[in-house]
Amino acid sequence: MKRAGFYLLLALIVLWSIAPFLWQLITSLKPVSQLILLPPLLPKALYLFHYVNVFTGQPFARFILNSLIVAGSTTIFSLIIGTFAAYAISRLRFPGRGLMLALVLSVAMFPPIATVSPLFLLIRWLGLRDHLLALIFPYITFTLPLGIWILTQFFRQIPRELERAAWIDGCTPFQSLYRIILPLALPGVASAAILIFIFAWNEFLYALTFTTTEASRTIPVGIALFPGIHELPWGEIAAASVIVTLPLVVLVLALQRRIVAGLTAGALKG
Amino acid sequence: MAGLGVIARERRAAFLFTAPAIFCMAVVAFYPILWALYLSLHRRLPIFGISKFIGLRNYIFLAQDTRFWNAFFNTLYFTLVSVALEFILGLAIALVLHQAFRGRGWVRAAVLIPWAIPTVVSARMWEWIYNSDFGVLNYLLVSASIISTKLNWLGDSALAMHAAIMVDVWKTTPFVALLLLAGLQFIPQDLYRAAQVDGAGPLTSFRHITLPMLKPAILVVLLFRTLDAFRIFDAVYILTGGGPANTTETLSIYSYKLLFQTLQFGYGSAVAVVTFVSVMVISFFYIRVLAGVREG
Repeated sequence: MKRAGFYLLLALIVLWSIAPFLWQLITSLKPVSQLILLPPLLPKALYLFHYVNVFTGQPFARFILNSLIVAGSTTIFSLIIGTFAAYAISRLRFPGRGLMLALVLSVAMFPPIATVSPLFLLIRWLGLRDHLLALIFPYITFTLPLGIWILTQFFRQIPRELERAAWIDGCTPFQSLYRIILPLALPGVASAAILIFIFAWNEFLYALTFTTTEASRTIPVGIALFPGIHELPWGEIAAASVIVTLPLVVLVLALQRRIVAGLTAGALKG
Repeated sequence: MAGLGVIARERRAAFLFTAPAIFCMAVVAFYPILWALYLSLHRRLPIFGISKFIGLRNYIFLAQDTRFWNAFFNTLYFTLVSVALEFILGLAIALVLHQAFRGRGWVRAAVLIPWAIPTVVSARMWEWIYNSDFGVLNYLLVSASIISTKLNWLGDSALAMHAAIMVDVWKTTPFVALLLLAGLQFIPQDLYRAAQVDGAGPLTSFRHITLPMLKPAILVVLLFRTLDAFRIFDAVYILTGGGPANTTETLSIYSYKLLFQTLQFGYGSAVAVVTFVSVMVISFFYIRVLAGVREG
């Protein structure tokens, strides 16, 4: 009896988590005439036209490509810059190390709204408006705290003796970082990479402000500014949502262990 | 390398290694914040080419701006209610997932899905669920006879804020649950066994072992969530745009409208600076408490 109640509770938790997404999936498979009719809840036949419309109504493939470029380059550069900084913070003795960590953490607390207008002016002055670089630079900066924090926690778990031996053998700090520390900290790097990618993939405020044309639009802005004449095109928005969410769902199902490790290293230790 | 001592070598490496990160943060975070502060002391309307130093007059105006105070209290209400709900639900889910059962990995992954969905997408999903004519929420509630007529979830000024809070709760409870779950896993099982031997029931164990041991994790989670909720922009902006009648307008949304819809860069920056200062005060408060917990 107690066991049954427990499984009922589990079922409720799972349902609450996935039901809105399932409803979006169902919506994406119904023609407009059925969208405005409840019941029935489920479509009578699978209708795939919204999925075609998503790509013909606006350059949605371009939005996906832009998001991939932005999120991909953000992840790579943020990880490289963050790895060096995290190595220095966790391993090297230098004056101002505590201050460095405090500065990094304070950046994590900056509200985007407080930096958006100066950055907008800066980007316009640099002539980068409507250029993907205008998103990549801010994303790198604002994912650095997350990456540095996670990597610092993972680097600290690696025994110092391993490195000391390498230093005696004449390794430079750079060599000991990429020969000894990095291979051992790969799980941590993977965790940081996923979280950084998801941040860049999902960001909205900067993407809305720093892009002007469809050529540089990312997915969140594309979905927010979905063209509609009278009523919003719910079927197409649903189809677009499913398209951009499915890769994330797969990512989460496959890598949930790494994601949880990253989130907890980022938040709980230290 | 010859001639450089070990300490000097380490310092040189540290300087080189941290330089790119410091450069990025200086140019893209600290410099803009100072610039926003500078802008907030100006009357600046770029379309008319106006830029004039006016001292603190934007802040004096702000203190008397009822729309600012409306946004401030909306943000406060949104933050308090959503973080409280997320904490209670998250803790409940964490306690359930802390039990050993088959398929726990799958349930944990399912719980993570709302967290991974882009905020804009989740706002659009809920907007459709909330739709007053064709939304599934009204359909289900009417069918179950919980309500008699369809409700205008996003258009009714008494409902819209709570509808927005629900979306935030749905989206971010997984984060709270998983962090608290990790915190639970740090608690040594021996403590519970010892309590059981002493005849303590589950509720006593929860109050005297789980909660105190979980306190650091709870505070970190509350810090992260409070900061995020106080900065809320995208979910509410998509759902309601701040309406109806500004009942869901948060500080970030009001500031954004001032900056990019009416192009008042000076006054808009003043509102943004106040948001920034509030966030810093909240962080300072939490970190003080957290430091106390860790030492005590």
